[in-house]
Amino acid sequence: MSLPTSIARRAFLQSTGVSLGSMALSSLLTRDVIAADSSGKQVPKWTGALNPLHFAPKAKRVIWLYMAGGMTHIDTFDNKPKLAELHGQPMPESITKGQQIAQLQGQKLNCFAPQHPFKKWGQSGQSMAEIWPHLGEKCADEMCIVRSLSTDAINHDPAHTFMNTGTMNPGRPAMGSWLLYGLGAESESLPGFVVMVSTGKFGQKQPIAARQWHSGFLPGQFQGVEFRGTGDPVLYVGNPKGVTPKRQRDVVDAVQTLNGLANESLDDPEIATRVSQYELAFRMQSSVPELMDVKNEPQHIFDLYGTKGGDGSFASNCLLARRLAERGTRFIQLYHRDWDHHGSVKDHVAGTAKEVDQAIAALITDLKQRDMLKDTIIVFGSEFGRTPMAQGNGRDHHLAGFTMWFAGGGFKPGFHYGATDEFGYHAVENRVSVHDVHATLLQLLGIDHSRFSMKFQGLDSRLTGVEGARVVKELLA
Amino acid sequence: MRASSWWILLAVISLVARPVLQAADNGSLPDVVEFNRDIRPILSDNCFFCHGPDKNKRKADLRLDTQEGLTGKPGELGTVSPGKPNDSELFRRITSTDPEQKMPPAESGKSLTPRDIALLKKWIEQNAKYEGHWAFLPIKHPAERREPKAESRDTVFQLAQKIDGFIHESLTKKNLKPSPAADRITLIRRLTFDLIGLPPTPEEVAAFVNDSSPNAYEMLVDRLLKSPHFGERQAMWWLDLVRYADTVGYHGDQNMSVSPFRQYVIDSFNANKRFDQFTIEQLAGDLLPNPTREQLIASGYNRLGMMSAEGGVQDKEYLAKYIAERVRNASGTWLGITLGCAECHDHKFDPLTQRDFYRFEAFFADIQERGLYSGAHADGNWGPFVKVPSAEQETSLAKLDQEIAGVKKVLETTTPELADAQTAWEKTQVDWTVLKPASITSAEGVTLTAKDDGSILASGKNPATDTYTLVVKNPPQGITAFRLEVLPDDSLPAKGPGRAGNGNFVLSEFIVKHIVGETIDEAVRLQNATATYEQTGAAESNPYKKWTVAAAIDGDAKGKTWGWAIMEKIGQPQTAVFETVSDISGGEGSTLTISLLQNLDNPNHTIGRFRISVASSPRPIRADQAPPPNIAALLAIAVDQRNDSQKNELAAHHRSIAPALDASRKQLAEREKVRKDMEALIPSSLITASVQPRMVRVLKRGNWMDDSGEPVTPAFPAVLTSQPLEGPTRLTRQDLAKWIVSKDNPLAARVFVNRVWKQLFGAGLSRKLDDLGAQGDWPSHPLLLDHLAGSFADNGWDVKLLIKSIVLSSTYQQSSLASRELREADAYNRWLARQGRFRIDAELVRDNALSISGLLVTKLGGTSVKPYQPPGYFAYLNFPAREWQNDTGENLYRRGLYTHWQRQYLHPSLLAFDAPNREECTADRPRSNTPLQSLVLLNDPSYVEASRAFAENIVRTGGSTTRDKLDWAFRRAVSRPIKPAEAEVLERLLQSHLDEYKSDATAANELLTVGMKPVPADLEKPELAAWTSVARTILNLHETITRN
Repeated sequence: MSLPTSIARRAFLQSTGVSLGSMALSSLLTRDVIAADSSGKQVPKWTGALNPLHFAPKAKRVIWLYMAGGMTHIDTFDNKPKLAELHGQPMPESITKGQQIAQLQGQKLNCFAPQHPFKKWGQSGQSMAEIWPHLGEKCADEMCIVRSLSTDAINHDPAHTFMNTGTMNPGRPAMGSWLLYGLGAESESLPGFVVMVSTGKFGQKQPIAARQWHSGFLPGQFQGVEFRGTGDPVLYVGNPKGVTPKRQRDVVDAVQTLNGLANESLDDPEIATRVSQYELAFRMQSSVPELMDVKNEPQHIFDLYGTKGGDGSFASNCLLARRLAERGTRFIQLYHRDWDHHGSVKDHVAGTAKEVDQAIAALITDLKQRDMLKDTIIVFGSEFGRTPMAQGNGRDHHLAGFTMWFAGGGFKPGFHYGATDEFGYHAVENRVSVHDVHATLLQLLGIDHSRFSMKFQGLDSRLTGVEGARVVKELLA
Repeated sequence: MRASSWWILLAVISLVARPVLQAADNGSLPDVVEFNRDIRPILSDNCFFCHGPDKNKRKADLRLDTQEGLTGKPGELGTVSPGKPNDSELFRRITSTDPEQKMPPAESGKSLTPRDIALLKKWIEQNAKYEGHWAFLPIKHPAERREPKAESRDTVFQLAQKIDGFIHESLTKKNLKPSPAADRITLIRRLTFDLIGLPPTPEEVAAFVNDSSPNAYEMLVDRLLKSPHFGERQAMWWLDLVRYADTVGYHGDQNMSVSPFRQYVIDSFNANKRFDQFTIEQLAGDLLPNPTREQLIASGYNRLGMMSAEGGVQDKEYLAKYIAERVRNASGTWLGITLGCAECHDHKFDPLTQRDFYRFEAFFADIQERGLYSGAHADGNWGPFVKVPSAEQETSLAKLDQEIAGVKKVLETTTPELADAQTAWEKTQVDWTVLKPASITSAEGVTLTAKDDGSILASGKNPATDTYTLVVKNPPQGITAFRLEVLPDDSLPAKGPGRAGNGNFVLSEFIVKHIVGETIDEAVRLQNATATYEQTGAAESNPYKKWTVAAAIDGDAKGKTWGWAIMEKIGQPQTAVFETVSDISGGEGSTLTISLLQNLDNPNHTIGRFRISVASSPRPIRADQAPPPNIAALLAIAVDQRNDSQKNELAAHHRSIAPALDASRKQLAEREKVRKDMEALIPSSLITASVQPRMVRVLKRGNWMDDSGEPVTPAFPAVLTSQPLEGPTRLTRQDLAKWIVSKDNPLAARVFVNRVWKQLFGAGLSRKLDDLGAQGDWPSHPLLLDHLAGSFADNGWDVKLLIKSIVLSSTYQQSSLASRELREADAYNRWLARQGRFRIDAELVRDNALSISGLLVTKLGGTSVKPYQPPGYFAYLNFPAREWQNDTGENLYRRGLYTHWQRQYLHPSLLAFDAPNREECTADRPRSNTPLQSLVLLNDPSYVEASRAFAENIVRTGGSTTRDKLDWAFRRAVSRPIKPAEAEVLERLLQSHLDEYKSDATAANELLTVGMKPVPADLEKPELAAWTSVARTILNLHETITRN
């Protein structure tokens, strides 16, 4: 059976898809993108709405290391000696007046000293706590640390939604979905937007909603696909029991043949699309297990990451992230849900940092040695920071100032930018909003954020919202 | 063509936004340019952002969305001079080559096509006739008005003819011809999917195909409209709109109980409830006079939005979120406008102001609710609800209540025997002596004050952790037990007894030292700690699985076992008792030092008021033997000093523990447990309770912290009503609901009719189902839409009549096959010269497979069900952590609309086929075609099990030859006979897999045990497995999941 490009072209023009917006768009997906591979089978590939891009891109893909729960900036990347001096004393009211407060509502707001010593790392002298030995030793000169973030939401769920979709209201596409829609896929047999979640041992296990990788008003094609540490790595990717790959192929071939027979008389583009989706599905059934099977990685790689893989740990996910990046996945997001340290922040932040430190350093090192760091953006951060005030011996949620850092993909290496006040409360110097982060990332990927939009409820909806966003040019190499 | 990336982007976006005009009209200009159809979309897309309704964004004080703005105030010159393009500033600007002058300016990223410019020119030449936005104008009612419920069959046929009239008129103009009627197989399949969401059975197909009566089709329609599955099918899209789900959505995404609301929607469609009544009951059922339980359930509509139980939520912020969502939902569901876009600023494209938004919001200000549903993650209390028992449940409950009352009577009656027993019992009571400490200290400087009753009250500083130390001189002799009473007090948070915000405390360790002069200084060994209550909540990581008092003497003053707490019994006195291992000598000259360590990580969990006593009675001594403090106080009064009420109270207490009444108590407990268990099975449903409305202000930039905005009262959006906005009394939700379905509101009927049309053709007459505003889509057949909307309102909002009229039209009955010419002439089927073909909706994909396989259980209604779902899919939910336990038995095979709707993790096979997570109003599901869908159909156990059930039926009843069997299978799945070429493909597959499974019995067995349906013992497994491959193939066919 063959599907000449002209059919695909007709698929685009003759959609029976009848609603506007996403439906019409879903039919666009077959535009000029069905091509035979070496085996002669047809596979669909979405080549992106922005083709060509607005600018020459610096980066091709993003690996977002998402520290879910709200990492304390004060004990990790934003040293505040003044806070140590004031430990136990009330935070000045001028700082806290009229500010949003989460669990400390109605309570005494006392300063709480940084819980870990800081030191200068690398030739660039990056200031980071000593709980990051691997990152400090190996990657300080790759990192671009921004200490002047602020966000709009003080509770986890809306803050995650804001960080991922640019608005607190549900129903908007996640950044990965935007990118896949705009840039298209590089892989013909793996999803372009992949999410993995690991769980640590120290914090409250923060819920992570699938909304965080939902495609919102973009078509379902652009939804993030969750890769899982246990069971089928991708839902339903495994054959039913008693069905060998050969038998599955037989069934798929029969489906394809019968669909093809039906289409001889109907000439329905939706059937043509269905045929190609079955081919891609079948292909994923072998490409996903191949991806997940790390046993052929050399020992020095296992040593580097500190994992043998296959255990659903953050380190294992970092290794898989590199393998996905190599295979062309556009947007990879690794959640580590262990950072909600309302109590015992000293022990818990040290423990949680230890869960991710070596693997992150390994990922950056590994990408660099493969010459992939230059076009891969690493993003590291949380949905918000934590209070410079004590909550018992922990810290509460904090939105007015926190830290994120970036590496690779056109970010300035060995660089830091922005600052909070002497208490670590408010971002005061070179403030950067969540929208600014999105705009800057899009810029490096070759996209002008202000021109990257989709009609939704009558508005040209953008990842960066309506209030305006700034590409933080100072961060670009 | 060399195109810039910008051009491509524009092309993609504008294609998405307005494909039809460009595709269908091919660049030629209409003879008469109409403002609403031709001009407004151009201005709205390109100009309104700066020259539209939003006064804050408006540039040059020019607006192009009003007549005044375009052609000027009377006597003044406007930007458009009717009849004279070249004298019109607007035309000059859009054709200017000077970058300073040109509109839209380059930095806007907007630009006009040559056709746009030509249209504008022609419109001005034709005198620039302005029209208000079509959807906001009154509905043009059909000339021939008829009384509600006139002979409805006549009405139906007349309406059907009208539909065809409008459609044929526009087809003629486009030089198109309607397609011939579809064949009967296609018709019954289409109709059955559209009206009840299931495939027709082969018997139904045969009956219809062979029915030669002239009204066979109408009888089929009537049968389907009467089917109870009609309500299920229509409920699916209504539940999308009103964002029905089984969980709260935010943070922990815990369950909430609202399934009776789903039942209400199904029942309403089945009963053909008038749509106006349906509307009023949902928005304001609670405000109706003496509302029925059904109306209260309907009012649960207002409570279906997301809610949060996340600690640290700011109440006011979430109240603002909840009420704003109601504006988005009600305006989206009934008005089809995006009023939500006016939350932070005036609407960019429609004449809706920010004030309109907040005045609309004020309608919902009377709904009783909380921003933070504190504790709901544990107790499931999400505000007002009703219990909704079935008739049988009501009968059983009444019977139980009677039995319970009988036993209670026995338990409440004193007899002489009981009086004697009481006297004996009083003599056995442990004699507690309250300790009078010589000193009481707090390690953290808390003020500890001894009260007259021997209790000690903490006040002042409230530290994170603390240790209280009591020094007691000369204690009683021979101490066998210590008793710690923790007591409520009005000065404590939530009345205590603890000092944490919720009134709780945690006693980490209870340590006693005994000192006698210089000779003895020893730690007293304690044993058998017991308490009147031990907290079970928030104990997931506690190794004891509860906050037990045993942890207070385990020698571990920190760490995971923490200690004794009582969260669920806040505000009540509780008692802990610790036995000594051996008697403490005590007496003159000895000293006891008692330390209460309170070290919980979560701050402020210290005790607020307590009292310590000792006893010398023989062991065992248990907390639950000890009478509660009020009884102990009564016992302390000499028998002849007690008054009647004291005597009664004491006697009642004694009866409650008297061994003679053990049997009755046991019986009561058992009956009460049965009742409680039954009660737990009775679904409840969240309802709306109306309270004093809270103040609603215009929030500047939508900022909930800004209290400086103007307070507002409820009002309808000004542009949509001709009624005065202010009245003598405050408007209510009931007023809102009644206005929505009144003639004054131009939108409700249009919006509803348009959405019904989409169900029956695959697209609305106006294609944007969620926005009939300026950025919406100019209807393909505006007169038809208005005619249907007007008739719908005039004919008593009769939903079945509306649907019957449409499906009886010949437009509906057309074939969906399209010649190449037709497709080229009308790619998007805008003009309806054919029917639509589309993949059936998510729930129906599985319903269809279950129905074909014979597994479907067609039971109606009830609470939500759990079919198979991959293990671990809920791994990232928490508070509490959850695992999906699929149902067993018939609930595995219920229709998809009953599947438990988890907002954060919607069932993956529903999600794959574009079911929305229902966090917000969804008017229009996308219809995608993805590889994940293929994986679901191929590998989800629901489909594999359905395949083997299908296979079993094929083998048993499909006929004798393979060809017969294949034909039988095709008739069940796609309602038609199989073609030889198709049969050959499946025969080859069958033979090949038969050979394989014969030589691989294990594999055959594995395949046949997917799912819980028993494997038939009487059939050959290799044969059944091979037929399962065939069945899987058929269930995966495009045709099987397509309605055409």
